[in-house]
Amino acid sequence: MNNQSEQAEIVRRSLKRRYRKERRFRSYGILAIALALGALIILFADIIGKGHTGFLKTTITLDVEMDSERMYLEDPTNPDEVRMADFVEPLIVSLAKILPDATEDDRDALRGLVNAYSANQLRNELTANPDWMGTTQTITFLANSNVDVYVKHKGDDAYSIKLSEQQQAWVDELQERGVIETRFNDVFFTSGDSRDPARAGVLGAIVGSLLTMFVTLVLSFPIGVAGAIYLEEFAPKNRFTDFIEVNINNLAAVPSIIFGLLGLAVFINLFGMPRSVPFVGGLVLTLMTLPTIIISSRAAIQSVPPSIREAAEGIGASKMQVVLHHVLPLAMPGMLTGSIIGMAQALGETAPLLLIGMVAFIVEVPEGFFDAATVLPVQVFLWAGSPESGFIERASAAIMVLLTFLMSMNALAIWLRKRLERRW
Amino acid sequence: MQPVTLFFITLALIGVAYALGYFRSRALAAPMGGIRHLKSLPGYYGVRAAMWCGIPALIVLVLWASFEDQIIQLLVLGSLGPEMVPKSIGEASLLMSKISNVASGALSPDSVKEPIANAAELLKTLRENSETYMTLLVLSVAVLAGFVGWYRIQPRLNAREQVESTLQWIFFACAGVAILTTVGIIFSVIFETIRFFGMVSFTEFFFGTSWSPQVALRADQVGSEGAFGMIPLFTGTLLISAIALLVAVPVGLFSAIYLSEYANKHVRSVVKPLMELLAGVPTVVYGFFAALTVAPFIADFAQTLGLNASSQSALAAGLVMGIMIIPFVSSLSDDVINAVPQTMRDGSLALGATQSETMKQVIFPAALPGIMGGILLAASRAIGETMIVVMAAGLAANLTANPLETVTTVTVQIVTLLIGDQEFDSPKTLAAFALGAMLFIVTLLLNVLALKIVRKYREQYE
Repeated sequence: MNNQSEQAEIVRRSLKRRYRKERRFRSYGILAIALALGALIILFADIIGKGHTGFLKTTITLDVEMDSERMYLEDPTNPDEVRMADFVEPLIVSLAKILPDATEDDRDALRGLVNAYSANQLRNELTANPDWMGTTQTITFLANSNVDVYVKHKGDDAYSIKLSEQQQAWVDELQERGVIETRFNDVFFTSGDSRDPARAGVLGAIVGSLLTMFVTLVLSFPIGVAGAIYLEEFAPKNRFTDFIEVNINNLAAVPSIIFGLLGLAVFINLFGMPRSVPFVGGLVLTLMTLPTIIISSRAAIQSVPPSIREAAEGIGASKMQVVLHHVLPLAMPGMLTGSIIGMAQALGETAPLLLIGMVAFIVEVPEGFFDAATVLPVQVFLWAGSPESGFIERASAAIMVLLTFLMSMNALAIWLRKRLERRW
Repeated sequence: MQPVTLFFITLALIGVAYALGYFRSRALAAPMGGIRHLKSLPGYYGVRAAMWCGIPALIVLVLWASFEDQIIQLLVLGSLGPEMVPKSIGEASLLMSKISNVASGALSPDSVKEPIANAAELLKTLRENSETYMTLLVLSVAVLAGFVGWYRIQPRLNAREQVESTLQWIFFACAGVAILTTVGIIFSVIFETIRFFGMVSFTEFFFGTSWSPQVALRADQVGSEGAFGMIPLFTGTLLISAIALLVAVPVGLFSAIYLSEYANKHVRSVVKPLMELLAGVPTVVYGFFAALTVAPFIADFAQTLGLNASSQSALAAGLVMGIMIIPFVSSLSDDVINAVPQTMRDGSLALGATQSETMKQVIFPAALPGIMGGILLAASRAIGETMIVVMAAGLAANLTANPLETVTTVTVQIVTLLIGDQEFDSPKTLAAFALGAMLFIVTLLLNVLALKIVRKYREQYE
């Protein structure tokens, strides 16, 4: 009796310590979750913080006087000669007009404010409107990418400003007068890659990604579903079937870069397919996503209740009819969900595509499966490695575009699952 | 005709064959008194004719398109005569590109030797004719086989059985793609690896401590012999993976424990999808984050502590890789913790143990094999991860255990060696394949081991 109450006393005294331990253990769990979610928030905040300016472009609006003498033209009516005219001079003249403190020595500094492509733009506009010759037109040009960086990131140490003191003062003044403005960056969505950050866009990469994903989807979905049907419904229980299963499970965990080696050695070197094209990229990604699609499709087939099969067999359907007419339609939502998730993985994949040459610098928007192309994640990789600071925000903006695609695909998968999946 | 156009034409022919087969079976059945006298439904006769038409033609098309270049190259190089036959693969590809330059008109035929000019002429005609032959062959196979399939339709023919067994073979072939992929991976690394070991010795590769694969172009250049010791790459990979696991295992494990044992339904339904989001972020995004945000931050922070950190430290790559595999560890641990039977929990709690004591002394030991399996899978993921290290870790192969220094990894070297120009007769390019073989073997072993442990553990509680 005495002994028991002594024990109870010991236990009671230790309780406080044990509860403290309990609380500490619990707080470790909360801390772990906070760390994980904190990392997620920092990651997204960092990308958005860096990238939101990528959706803005800096423009400079000038009253350009198309004076044939200043453009060194002898015959302003001759279109061939007009094409060869000096289109830089009118830009410098119109800038000098609104910046009265600029002298003749500042010509290069003035020229450094407008984009290097502006002269081409002016030529194209003048070729399209020959009657502009001799008049003064208000035209909006892209600013130089150094001006772009300065306007967006004044006073931020992470960006190196490449404008001289004087140029900075001019830009400040022009900004105040509304000559230099920032507006929505339509160039970013309507053009391919460029060496000039101000004119670089993601359209080429988006089209390349869509072409690659199309090849992947068209190949991996039917093959994956057919493979899953065979393994679930027709495969005899023998060693060979086991071997296929082990293979699929292992392939799902093989590092993605190995698939790049496979693509390089087999598709490009052995079969002689061209490098850098969406078709080969699609083939490589197909092999990579197949295991994911097969595994999720098998799970979807397994979830169809046996009563459906038995009922169909009972009224005389053959095995193939049971599968194609009853099991497959009922398993389809699950298969689609799994495939969309597999496709989302493939869309974000970079490493294997580097090895098959989809890292080339490509300006044109690809038009077919055999045109040299790049994809969104590779474009991010290329821009992130560029020394020009203007590309950092373009890379972040491209990441935001990529994440938008991925999230909408995942949302579609969740919606499909909720909408179509049946509980038995 | 382009293979793609030909493919669509074949598809159209398949459609025609279906329709013809369908109507022929109906026409045959009509005088007998309707389709109930057919052995199968008319649609099956249509599908049977379509299969006859399509399958052989598509096989021919795919084979031709795959091997066209090889066969042309063999024919062209074979035409050169015995004295000009190239001795190595590199020489062959050099010669071939010269010939195709002549053929395309980039080089004038007068500027090269006569056999080469002749070979270029041959290449030109072969290329032109190849497409014509392919078109003719594919279309005639489709039409002939389709005709045979159509002609042999009889009311007593069991078309359904034939269609179904063919379909089953097609399904089997699709499942077999997985085996083909594995075989393809093995073959694509094995040949180049064997050739690599013909140039660099086993002992140098496995025990050498310096890695500088830049083979000089000229023999008299400084450092003209590349060094191919993989030890620094191996230790670099291990260092970064170890940092990643040090981050991911505790965080992943504790969040899994909290979510499965403490959190209520509401918290779980919010936190779990958010954690999954972390798994859905592409690796190139993590690489960007590591290279442009985390690495400069660590370098600055180390400087304020008086330490010297490289701007491409192993720590940055490892930390971010750890964040990437947190959801991997946590979802696998969640599965195994939930697989521990509730009775064990109830028993421990009934004896008066607190929840954390139950967790630590009952559930965790029971779940340990499964958790170990999950950690092994995570480790194989970390070793094979490419983009984060390509962007955030360096290229310098340092043999160091200091996480603030730059190290390089196996995957970084594979990418660097294979981006850009590849010469398949220099050990530099072949080294990438040897590294790939090592990577494949190591991750395969880890995966097999992990899957075995996880499966064994599952059986225990079933």
